[in-house]
Amino acid sequence: MSLNRTLWLVATLFAALWMAAAGYAIFFVAPDESTMHAIQRIFYIHVTSAWTAGIAYFVVALGGALYLIKRNPRYDWAALSAGEVGFAFTTVVLITGPIWAKPIWGIWWTWDPRLTWTFVLWLMYAAYLLLGTLVDDKQRRATLRSVYGIFAFVNVPLVWETIRWWRGQHPSPVIGGGPDAKLDPTMWSVLMFTWGAMLLLFAVLTRQRYRLEVLRGELDALRQEAEDSAASPAASASGRPLVELKG
Amino acid sequence: MAAHSQTVHEGGLASQLAAPALWPGVWAIFAKEVRTELRTRELLVTTAVFTLVVVFMFSFSFDPTSAESRRFGPGLLWIAFLFAGTLMLEPSFMREQTNDTLAALRLAPIDPCAILFGKVLANFLFLIITEALLLPVFSVFYNVSIAAVLPGLALVCLLGTLGIVIPGTIFSAVTAHARMRELLLPLLLLPVLTPILIAATESTSALLSDSPEWPSMGLKLLAGADIIFLTVAYFLFGALLEE
Repeated sequence: MSLNRTLWLVATLFAALWMAAAGYAIFFVAPDESTMHAIQRIFYIHVTSAWTAGIAYFVVALGGALYLIKRNPRYDWAALSAGEVGFAFTTVVLITGPIWAKPIWGIWWTWDPRLTWTFVLWLMYAAYLLLGTLVDDKQRRATLRSVYGIFAFVNVPLVWETIRWWRGQHPSPVIGGGPDAKLDPTMWSVLMFTWGAMLLLFAVLTRQRYRLEVLRGELDALRQEAEDSAASPAASASGRPLVELKG
Repeated sequence: MAAHSQTVHEGGLASQLAAPALWPGVWAIFAKEVRTELRTRELLVTTAVFTLVVVFMFSFSFDPTSAESRRFGPGLLWIAFLFAGTLMLEPSFMREQTNDTLAALRLAPIDPCAILFGKVLANFLFLIITEALLLPVFSVFYNVSIAAVLPGLALVCLLGTLGIVIPGTIFSAVTAHARMRELLLPLLLLPVLTPILIAATESTSALLSDSPEWPSMGLKLLAGADIIFLTVAYFLFGALLEE
């Protein structure tokens, strides 16, 4: 096992431990919120997932832009991996949100700007992932996906502006939300601790997904090679085996 | 010194003139699209009838002549335009595949963005014509008077349509090579068009309400979206043409 793989294995184990520790911190370290009580604790998962998803979508756009400039498929693979994991995190945001909203607001869903915005984001990245599955040619798939990823990302602030202009109800941001918005220092620490766990989880999952794409790329290359040598028997007759067996 | 800088300036101008000019190319592509449409007359007729069907079917979901229609009408109208747009834009790049005419366009000595802008302009014209046909029908069917606010409404339609057509043309090029493209195009396009739908619907509502007001914020958002879309499209289209 190479050093690189060992490091990632350690990182994966560490991510699992950190997530467990974050779970402990959320339930036993963070103080009880005075009006919402236990249900407020979902906030640590909800908010950190949303922040992590934001980073993921930035990676999607960045990877897409780098792919279009350098035309190296690895950038597209990185973008796709981040997109898929980011999509999962957005789904977590969209599930934990209503669980909190039902007891606090009395309804599962409301068409408030942040909710609507997150849902539009989710739809755009669902389309991003679907696009990849519906184009067969590899290079073309990477190009089209990159173009859409960039277009969607540039659109994000615009969607936010229009939706906010349209209507408003989400609790105003506790963090950086004005002078009377403040978060208990212990809550802050737990939030940051949980975010650290989320970021590591994101990195580990994205890396695993990326590795899968790399392996797929290698498999494709081997298949191509095998097909080529099958098509021209002269090449295989020259003593080169179709598949090299590694001991 | 002054003479020297003059020469440099002239050199810059000369090289600019030598580069493939943008506007003749845009015009050529635009004229080609319009000519194709005039010969086949498929796109406009089909889309116009389609929007009529949409407006007609919507009339069953609520009482179309009531005061309610003033509240639902604008949204309905823009949903119809959005659907019409996605249907109309789908063949925009598909047409270039039959005889691989896109390759010919790529080889033509024009700026690659001329292909994009020419197609955007043509699609814009087609969708505007559809809207101009549908608006009076909508006004009659849903008992909404549009004559008094026509200039404002026209401005909303122009900016909103541009906002539909720019990403629509780009995504038409994106989906031209995909399977299930008829479904994929609306799937890609409609979420991206959320700002256009909101801003255009709200602006139209403001104009058609009992006490009409000028939708300055909505128009600003539409214009801003158009500029952002156009800039992004301009930078990304070259990458779409490379293969």
